[in-house]
Amino acid sequence: MSVDTPDISPAPLRPTPLHSLHVDLGARMVPFAGYDMPVQYQFGVLKEHLHTRAAAGLFDISHMGQIVLRPRSGMIADAARALERLVPVDILSLPEGRQRYAFFTDASGGIIDDIMVANRGDHLLLVVNAARKADDEAQLRAEMSDVCEIERIDHALIALQGPKAERALARLAPNCAAMRFMDVREMPIMGASCVVARSGYTGEDGFEISIPADIAREIAEGLLENPDVLPIGLGARDSLRLEAGLPLYGSDIDTMTTPVEAGLAWAIQKQRRAGGVRAGGFPGSAIIIEQIEKGTKRRRVGLRPEGRAPVRAGASLFATDEGGAPIGAVTSGGFGPSIDAPIAMGYLPSELAMPGTSVFAEVRGKRLPVSVATLPFVELRYKRS
Amino acid sequence: MLKFTEEHEWLKLEGDVATVGVTEHATTQLGDLVFVQLPNVGAKLAKGDGAAVVESVKAASDVFAPLDGEIVEVNEVIVKDPSIVNSDPQNAGWFFKLKISDVKAFDGLMDEADYKKLVG
Repeated sequence: MSVDTPDISPAPLRPTPLHSLHVDLGARMVPFAGYDMPVQYQFGVLKEHLHTRAAAGLFDISHMGQIVLRPRSGMIADAARALERLVPVDILSLPEGRQRYAFFTDASGGIIDDIMVANRGDHLLLVVNAARKADDEAQLRAEMSDVCEIERIDHALIALQGPKAERALARLAPNCAAMRFMDVREMPIMGASCVVARSGYTGEDGFEISIPADIAREIAEGLLENPDVLPIGLGARDSLRLEAGLPLYGSDIDTMTTPVEAGLAWAIQKQRRAGGVRAGGFPGSAIIIEQIEKGTKRRRVGLRPEGRAPVRAGASLFATDEGGAPIGAVTSGGFGPSIDAPIAMGYLPSELAMPGTSVFAEVRGKRLPVSVATLPFVELRYKRS
Repeated sequence: MLKFTEEHEWLKLEGDVATVGVTEHATTQLGDLVFVQLPNVGAKLAKGDGAAVVESVKAASDVFAPLDGEIVEVNEVIVKDPSIVNSDPQNAGWFFKLKISDVKAFDGLMDEADYKKLVG
């Protein structure tokens, strides 16, 4: 049988500030976006996934980019207006201490990256994907340097996710308990000034915490002292986000997909749509706004294979069990441990995107029946109030 | 007699029929299995042909025919409960029984000591 061996990457891999901790914990390390990252720890993907939904999981996401946009005028509205030139999202109305999901778009309406934007009072803090951070920073420098100083910060970033995340973090940072979903606050943790956001990529309640690199290991170990908290690798991070219906940049969304096709139009507020107070004015706005009004030819959908066989990224989708050309493709797929069944996401023609529609996915030369399913596959447990 | 392949399978020979499974080392590398697909009884396979498929949460992997032969029995129990492969890979978690075309070829496979050296 074939057993996966890690890819040999030509460039030297970068360590995160928690690298030595992963090694000490016995993680299996793999190359990911230029970093040497833990894909799983001793218990493995399945148990790590289930533990996160039942208790709390600690994830090292320090490979992601953290970029500060500081308005030269000192006025946060100036930074917000400048960022709105690059994203179809209402940044100007984002209150201090709140963050919002956004994406950079290109001239054809494709997604260059999906990001989080926080209003930190005197600056905006962006969290961007690891594989995109150099390009994102270059674009921000090219397009926004007239208005903002742009600085990439090298803090560690950890996520603490799951129903016991609040209790676990509150032992070190009691103020976190008062936060609600998408709040962002600066607070001391073990004497270090950290930026805590109540958000994540699992569908669970939880936090993403930006920590000065030199104290990151100490804080991570402080959280791991709690028996409710286990370290979780990238493997379970992927299955958790798939169950939560959250797209992965580079797989489910990229420059060939628009936010409307990807089912992300909810993140484009009315201010930026047709008739809005600041309609358009972002790359690809004519295309994206027209798609919001008139719909798209294809859509991102959830998929539930009818059997037990997982249907993975790259599988072609067909309307019938034999013959015909592919009508779409799976962009993410695997097994959902919490629902104990295979699950996937992909793109289908909009007329076939209704939940319950039957299509077929080609796996190892056979067409397996799959049905279109509503996303997410699990109930989201964000703390909204 | 127990033999091993570089593809992390074990074979136990009785007469000209080998019971085949994957090694504990393989299951550790694969992680918890969530899906197993077995060959059809009667399938004639050449050494190196894909015989079975195992899938974890993350990935799919092939189990290859370790020698030329014909499938004479499969272990449906691991299809219903793939976790048995993880918990008892070298007994209850067997995959299939292969009637070997050339029993002499069995002797050419690795013994346990050599396999242990291979996986360290």
